[in-house]
Amino acid sequence: MKRGISFTQAFFTLLQRDLKIAIRHRGDIFNPLLFFVMVVTLFPLGIGPEPQMLARVAPGIIWVAALLASMLSLERLFKADFSDGSLEQMLLSPQPLAILVLAKVLAHWILTGVPLIIIAPLLAVLLNLDSNSYGALIATLALGTPVLSLLGAIGVALTVGLRKGGVLLSLLILPLYIPVLIFATSAIDAAGMNLPYDGQLAIIGAMLIGSLTLAPFAIGASLRVSTN
Amino acid sequence: MTNITLVNTLVSASKLTCIREERILFDELSFEINAGDLVQIEGPNGAGKTSLLRILAGLSRPYAGQTYYLNEDINSCRDEYNEDLLYLGHLAGVKCELTAEENLNFNLRISGYDDFDTASILAKVNLTGFEEALAGHLSAGQHRRTALARLWHNNSRIWILDEPFTAIDKKGVEELEQLFIQHADNGGCVLLTTHQDMGIIKDDRLRKIRLDYRFV
Repeated sequence: MKRGISFTQAFFTLLQRDLKIAIRHRGDIFNPLLFFVMVVTLFPLGIGPEPQMLARVAPGIIWVAALLASMLSLERLFKADFSDGSLEQMLLSPQPLAILVLAKVLAHWILTGVPLIIIAPLLAVLLNLDSNSYGALIATLALGTPVLSLLGAIGVALTVGLRKGGVLLSLLILPLYIPVLIFATSAIDAAGMNLPYDGQLAIIGAMLIGSLTLAPFAIGASLRVSTN
Repeated sequence: MTNITLVNTLVSASKLTCIREERILFDELSFEINAGDLVQIEGPNGAGKTSLLRILAGLSRPYAGQTYYLNEDINSCRDEYNEDLLYLGHLAGVKCELTAEENLNFNLRISGYDDFDTASILAKVNLTGFEEALAGHLSAGQHRRTALARLWHNNSRIWILDEPFTAIDKKGVEELEQLFIQHADNGGCVLLTTHQDMGIIKDDRLRKIRLDYRFV
């Protein structure tokens, strides 16, 4: 009986398991996506179909909807593992907790962030987004949604032990989401006016690197507190 | 902290105090668990058996006191301790969406094992023919057996098991007891809670730690 699992193997074992569970539980993937599509399609009906007006508000609508959709799906990140005891087993695993947690967050992002990135350009057509802005939209979503998953996971880890943690979760993480929202929409606006937007992208990129390196440790520590 | 003796102490608790819901479950509880020990934590519901096991496993922090692994505080040697520890709570850690085989495969891999044959391990817990069945479709006992299967492929010395016999039939309980004795004879130790009488593990082999319900 030897224990020869490396860190990368442990990472991919967990990633594969989470993806497999999600695929067998398909509703979980479609719910946030459906929410995203509904919000974006309802806006033109609510504020009127004028193309100029829609183009003006499009970046904000898409990003706010993406942010809320990502928050909607967060709660499930650790809930199921917490209630069936798998989380305890992960905490007691000889593998570093930060690596296991990172695998879980990556699985969550693949299931919720990637579909948003793919579908957002289609919905942007409905909102008459300026044609120069598509590149910026995809780039900000690609850099920004992983930040949402990573920061959100800290909040979920802190509230996973509570029976009704939903409201507390939003209060905890919404303030952390706001910088991402501001820089992402400002990048898309700048792109619409043919201005350079790499400054805003660089800041979102810095947030991504920062949260990618620090969040897994914060999530691990929060989980230990929550299961206490 | 102790003088060197021939006894091989694996886990020791020193003056553990646990308070839940403003009630003292136990205070200043100290004991040592040596290689070869089979220990049953006894007590009525609500006496703090699960809390004690969680503290010993390092999942909860006690109000006061320390747990030592090989005379070292478990908080300062968590990785080594986790490698030498197998903890099974009363929640089984089995995913309903995965098959019995996938569950076992994941549980073993996450504990670091990579050379195992799931079919033969599942055969030992009488789950042959159910390898491909989703755990959510199995009976309560088979669900529990899926979780317990990892005991048959394990080289950790410290086993902490919370109610391992729940939903297991008589023959299964006997097989588990035999496994526990074998594990203790090979230099391990088993800490468990149960409300069932054990047939194979005799009273002279079993050490008991009694927790009482306190009204303080």
